[in-house]
Amino acid sequence: MNFDLILRIGAKLVLPFILLFALYVQFHGDYGPGGGFQAGVIAASMVILVSITFGLQNARRIAPQGMVETMVPLGVLIFASVGVAGLAMGKNFLDYSVLSGDPRHGRHLGILLVEAGVFVTVSGTMIALFYAFVERGR
Amino acid sequence: MSAVRTFIEHYNYVITILLMMAGLYIVVARGNMVKKLVGLSIFQTSVYLLYIEPGKILGATAPILDPAFKVYSNPLPHVLILTAIVVGIATVALGLALVVRINEAYGTVEEDEIFERDRDA
Amino acid sequence: MSAVRSQLPILQVLVPLLGAVLVAFLRRGTSAFALTLVVSWILPFVAGAMLLQVLATGPISYALGGWAPPIGIEYRVDVLNAMVLMLVSTVGAVIMPFAYRSVAFELDDSKEAWFYSMYLLCLAGLLGVAVTGDAFNAFVFLEISSLSTYVLIAMGPDRRALLSAFQYLIMGTIGATFYVIGVGFLYVLTGSLNMVDIAARLATVGPDQGQAVLTALAFITVGLSLKLALFPLHAWLPNAYTYAPSWATAFLAATATKVAIYLLVRYYFSIFGVAIDIRSLPIGDFIVGLSIAAMLVASFVAVFETNLKRMLAYSSVAQIGYITLGIGLANQAGLTGGLVHIVNHALMKAALFLAVGAMFYRAYTVELKDLAGIGRKMPLTTAAFTIAGFGLVGTPGTAGFISKWYLAVGALDKGWWLLVFLIVGSSLIALVYVGRVLEVVWLREPSVEIAKVRDPPLSMMAPLIVLTIATIYFGFDTEWTAGVASTAAKSLLGGLR
Repeated sequence: MNFDLILRIGAKLVLPFILLFALYVQFHGDYGPGGGFQAGVIAASMVILVSITFGLQNARRIAPQGMVETMVPLGVLIFASVGVAGLAMGKNFLDYSVLSGDPRHGRHLGILLVEAGVFVTVSGTMIALFYAFVERGR
Repeated sequence: MSAVRTFIEHYNYVITILLMMAGLYIVVARGNMVKKLVGLSIFQTSVYLLYIEPGKILGATAPILDPAFKVYSNPLPHVLILTAIVVGIATVALGLALVVRINEAYGTVEEDEIFERDRDA
Repeated sequence: MSAVRSQLPILQVLVPLLGAVLVAFLRRGTSAFALTLVVSWILPFVAGAMLLQVLATGPISYALGGWAPPIGIEYRVDVLNAMVLMLVSTVGAVIMPFAYRSVAFELDDSKEAWFYSMYLLCLAGLLGVAVTGDAFNAFVFLEISSLSTYVLIAMGPDRRALLSAFQYLIMGTIGATFYVIGVGFLYVLTGSLNMVDIAARLATVGPDQGQAVLTALAFITVGLSLKLALFPLHAWLPNAYTYAPSWATAFLAATATKVAIYLLVRYYFSIFGVAIDIRSLPIGDFIVGLSIAAMLVASFVAVFETNLKRMLAYSSVAQIGYITLGIGLANQAGLTGGLVHIVNHALMKAALFLAVGAMFYRAYTVELKDLAGIGRKMPLTTAAFTIAGFGLVGTPGTAGFISKWYLAVGALDKGWWLLVFLIVGSSLIALVYVGRVLEVVWLREPSVEIAKVRDPPLSMMAPLIVLTIATIYFGFDTEWTAGVASTAAKSLLGGLR
């Protein structure tokens, strides 16, 4: 039981920082190594840690099954919509320069939005995979 | 001697090829489906190395423009391999999901036992 | 209008991809089917518009994200891939109505929406492989289509579907990894991933790097041969086609291997053929040898199969042999025959698998012995099976005859008399396995169970009839099959060094 206590307190201490680090990796992707994929995996690892230490029920309160299953296509939809925005403005698919008056600023914004989509899909997929495997054999 | 020299100078490619052969061998030789997936994963990882190695330039830095640096490594292999890693993860995850389902349906993940059970059925 | 016209290449991939995402949100079988049907029917018009444009004005180039090739990813459409795009999207659209009842019959309600989502993802992947002009992008699309294919197969009702999906996953991934190793060699050699650019730069690499070029060629050949099930790398195919849901089998048999064949043709004739003297290499003869083995051995195995779906799967391996034979011959008539057989085989095999799917829908079995006399109870379905079956044999008056005619002419142009006899011989074996089925379904007395069945509803009959009519129609009017294939073959061979 004592080990359990250390685990629980330790996890509680670490959890917010995992999410913070995920967000750091997400938004630092423009200037250094990082981006939506890595950040999504880190964010998903937080939910997985919750599930391991506090049980699946608690993890499901943070990330319900329905939400996770929606996140997977939602991220792709965000990605595709950013691309379609280029189409709608008369440029080619995924041409981000139309998103703002200044093409360079537009490209920056486009990558940020696309990375947000990647974040949503990757974290959703990782959590969905974890749930799918954890539930088997129960 | 020159052959040995080439061999040692390209040690990274030697490692890559060893991994490649090891992975492929496991896929072919093992009957356990989880081990097959492990082999497949090693095989794919060796390809990641194959791409990354030529992209690195000794003494070069990450390709983020900065007046302090002159030589940059090639970023394209990394981008390609990030994509390939995603594909690899999807493949292994799907493979493991299939193994779980197969285990539920047959009660084993050994290929020869599965074939036996299908013959009996 | 011109704004839409310039965006056609991306729409080919974007529409099914968005469709797959929206279907994943729906999660209800009927509405998922409706959306899938709409999406499937948009695509042939997109592909058709591109085909007309390409025939009139030459290749279309589309720069993704506005980044000019070779830096950005380029979508490049010429006659060859316009033909493949047209084929894949048309087959997907025509057989879609069949899916409604067939999928509802064979799958749990909860899985239906996922099935359609995976189908659209697979379609996006296949069309993506065909439309892209970027070697690595092709790998990604290849794996998108393959991964969704594994899921489609695993959804089959039998537990052996899981096993065949797993085996296909192992083989398919090895194939894709071999392909990506080959692309890696090309990238290190040329520093480019754009297919046109690779071809141009490959022509200038020094003679001391010839070994590396050949290594790339070998890896890509083996990798794609696994994906397209070239004999003897076809081991995954019979099980996968046998245990997948009937409709998925029809779709995959008609399209999935064809797209891999397209990619192989693209590499041989538009990349390696342009850069090096590919005809001086023994690779053409090697492929001809394997194709002959496929035509004879796989047809022979099909004769002894008792499961209709498995018999047709082995027949697919044999028919792929005809297509690769045309690639190996690499002369005008031979390549035309191979390319036109991509189209003709897709139409005939889709019709055959749909007919078997319809029989399963009514009679709950695809074992030949249990289907005795079904022709009297399901006359339209069995008639469609018969006509498409004769197409498979290559009877004059069907599309299959056209392909074999061109292949035979191609063999004669090379002076290979024996090959003509082998083509005829393997057609005779096909006659045996098709004839064996026809004897059982038409001439035997129906059993008690079979006596109760009747032809399936219109939504299933209509695609079957359309495909059967196409099998006969393209046996007479070859302008849009052999004509287009001949144009494609001419431009491919014209670019060879």
